[in-house]
Amino acid sequence: MNVTDLASHLEQRAAPSQPILEVRDLVTHFPVRNGVVKAVDGVSFTLHRGKTLCIVGESGSGKSVTARSILQIVDAPGRIVSGSIMLNRLDGSSVDLAGLNPRGREIRAVRGREIAMIFQEPMSSLSPVHTVGDQIMEVLRLHLKMSRKDARARCVELLTQVEIPKPDAAVDRYTFEFSGGMRQRVMIAMSLACNPSLLIADEPTTALDVTTQAEILDLIKRLQQQHGMAVMFITHDMGVVAEIADEVLVMHYGKIKESGPVDTIFHAPKDDYTRMLIGSVLKLEQKAEIRLRRPPIPEDALPVLQVRNLQMHFGSLKAPLKAVDDVSLDLKPGETLGIVGESGSGKTTMGRCLLRVYEPQGGVIDYRRTDGSVVDLLKADAQTLKACRREIRMIFQDPVGSLNPRMTVAQIVGEPLLVNGIAKGKELDDRVADLLSQVGLEPSWRERYPHAFSGGQRQRIGIARAISLNPRIIVADEATSALDVSVRSHVLDLMMNLQDRLGLSYVFISHDIGVIRYMCDRVAVMYRGTVVETGTAEQVCDAPRHAYTQALLSAIPRPDPRARSIHNRHRYTAA
Amino acid sequence: MLLFIAKRLLWMVPSLVVVSFLAFVLIQLPPGDYVTSYIATLAASNEVVDQNTAADLRARFGLDQPMIVQYFKWITGIVLRGDFGISFEWQQPVGDLIWERMALTLVLTFSTLLATWGIALPIGIFSAVKKYSIGDYIVTFLSFLGLAVPSFLLALVLMYIAAVEYGQEVGGLFSEQYLTAPWSIAKMIDLAKHLWIPVIILAVSGTASLIRVMRANMLDELHKPYVTTARAKGLSEFHLLLKYPVRLALNPFISTISWLLPNLVSGSIIVAIVLSLQTAGPLLLQSLMSQDMYLAGAFVLLICTLTLVGSLISDILLALVDPRIRLE
Repeated sequence: MNVTDLASHLEQRAAPSQPILEVRDLVTHFPVRNGVVKAVDGVSFTLHRGKTLCIVGESGSGKSVTARSILQIVDAPGRIVSGSIMLNRLDGSSVDLAGLNPRGREIRAVRGREIAMIFQEPMSSLSPVHTVGDQIMEVLRLHLKMSRKDARARCVELLTQVEIPKPDAAVDRYTFEFSGGMRQRVMIAMSLACNPSLLIADEPTTALDVTTQAEILDLIKRLQQQHGMAVMFITHDMGVVAEIADEVLVMHYGKIKESGPVDTIFHAPKDDYTRMLIGSVLKLEQKAEIRLRRPPIPEDALPVLQVRNLQMHFGSLKAPLKAVDDVSLDLKPGETLGIVGESGSGKTTMGRCLLRVYEPQGGVIDYRRTDGSVVDLLKADAQTLKACRREIRMIFQDPVGSLNPRMTVAQIVGEPLLVNGIAKGKELDDRVADLLSQVGLEPSWRERYPHAFSGGQRQRIGIARAISLNPRIIVADEATSALDVSVRSHVLDLMMNLQDRLGLSYVFISHDIGVIRYMCDRVAVMYRGTVVETGTAEQVCDAPRHAYTQALLSAIPRPDPRARSIHNRHRYTAA
Repeated sequence: MLLFIAKRLLWMVPSLVVVSFLAFVLIQLPPGDYVTSYIATLAASNEVVDQNTAADLRARFGLDQPMIVQYFKWITGIVLRGDFGISFEWQQPVGDLIWERMALTLVLTFSTLLATWGIALPIGIFSAVKKYSIGDYIVTFLSFLGLAVPSFLLALVLMYIAAVEYGQEVGGLFSEQYLTAPWSIAKMIDLAKHLWIPVIILAVSGTASLIRVMRANMLDELHKPYVTTARAKGLSEFHLLLKYPVRLALNPFISTISWLLPNLVSGSIIVAIVLSLQTAGPLLLQSLMSQDMYLAGAFVLLICTLTLVGSLISDILLALVDPRIRLE
């Protein structure tokens, strides 16, 4: 550092609002076989003490890589090509993190001590074979050179701060003994161990339920106020952004599209991409147009599926886990029935019971066939069940995992037709091409493998497979949860179009109230295996009656920074 | 945990009964018996044995009785008196024959094991961490070479080098003067001098495959999010590698203990024969060829017992090192 630099630094120290972190023209590249991926392409921003900066973007926008570049923990072969990351300390010293050796002592002294980071998946981000205490104390012993005894005492203190029950005992427990929310609290306790001046949170609530998310957001907010930390919060959820951000940075393909105060971003966005992003979020805040225009389903239509007192227990007979407990539902022809609930509420199990993937212990699932006869799927013989299963299909959550990577799209979509002996050869090929064009994919792409498609396109493939047998009912289990928000509404629109064209009934399982409101006619709310409330989508989403539904809805962050609400949420615990 | 061990031990009893019976039947399955093959050996040296002598021999060995009776005699002897019967061929109690060999086999196997793991694990870690570097390619090439070269060939080459270049006597585990001598410091040193050739030969192929396994295990673990977490904490690269991914990558090795123990007996037979080592393998082969059924039976029983004990040990160890298994 030369004299002028030094002088300018001293000057900066005098300024009261000197930013804690200044990122200038950061460029991070990933060399690949045929060129480079410019994951971060000339990004600049500043972070201030006590303030929250949200970096928002869809998958592949480079938001995560930006965060990791700051600590120089970008996965190989990625590396910072140019730019500077100035960390300004309270004592007036500054250091350019981008210039440090990524394995050197200096950057390691910053990691975990001055800048701490928490990650998305709290299960896999913690070692499963080391105790919680071991992993937290490690930071204390490393940076603060604490003795084992002191570190342990501090560790208990930290666990108390993040509201882990029985912190004394929790120290010696393993991560898999905790729930997702508790694990994320452990992560936070670990990151706070050395009182960092900057906390980078990379999608810390994405894997959590909304009520848990609300608690974690509260916790981060509270700790931020206590410690005066700057928080850099990476998320794809505009609701969360509106709820917590001071400043927002919108990223797309490695570049900053727009940045500014949260209110400006939401209420006066200048950039087209930002507008599109906020637009697609707001679109899911109301019912789909295509549904508003549709005439209502006649009240007296006979239900195509009638579930009565369904019981599905797992585990031992003595202490059964009641995954589905006395659930009764009706599904009318042409209707979309939303099943909403948090993880562990039994919604997925219930959906699978409808196809008798599991063998429920009790209840009735009456399915009305096209000729008007009614079959109880739980008692149906193998042949009838097989015939009925052709008419009840599933769409799965994970568009990557639910498509065999070694099969072409034509094979995937055509498989149900082939297996059921409906079509083969040229006829099969024509059917597949037709199905693909129905879901908005180019039929000539059918010889490609799933990896050649984006997430949204893969989900379209899954839909094409589901409708290949001309089904009457489709059970869609979190069909759009893994998709980016801009793609999500397109897939939902497609599903509704198909519904009107093919006369489908949907059982639409989701944890996302926005999606439910957009798409569903009626909604059933599940909580710990039971249905606590059923009603029309409008009634459940806007005027919920059950206390749990109220708590659930109030924990959902609204995409409007002027209406921050989750800190006023209702809380619900079952008696 | 104790309940689990007790349960597993109890289950071993019926398994052993079934296995011992099957072993006995299997050994008797080929046409003829020890006497037939004994007569054949004699006939090869132009000695003729008449039918009466053969019958006498059969009666003496108890071979004329029904198989079930023979089995019952054999198994009660083992259970009640620890008596594994007499080897026809060696005219010695089977127990004495086996235990002497087993001690040497144990020494050889454990030296090999130490050498293999000591070489393979660090190299495997290195080649995973430095994936696709020059070092990784060299190591990978060498380990494929090690996998591809048959160990008996390597044995012959090493013997040649040792004999011609260094004038060392090769083969066996002892020099002649110590072969029958009681155990002493000098005999131990002599053993160590001979041990290195078989250890190297056996370790080469073992190391090669182990490097590949360790590399693959490590590659699975290296990109897990908890490694990034550890890095974000500010741990040094070396420290975090050893504490997190290596620890998890080692877990699968613990399950290999279950087939390591039976390998004590039946592994590396060819190398042992080429080098004329006094280990258990060649004895087992010989006993099977000459239908020396009590000796062979004892070996098969030993292998099965070791398999069962080995899998119990590896299950217990796995539970100890991996809390996910222990607490479920």
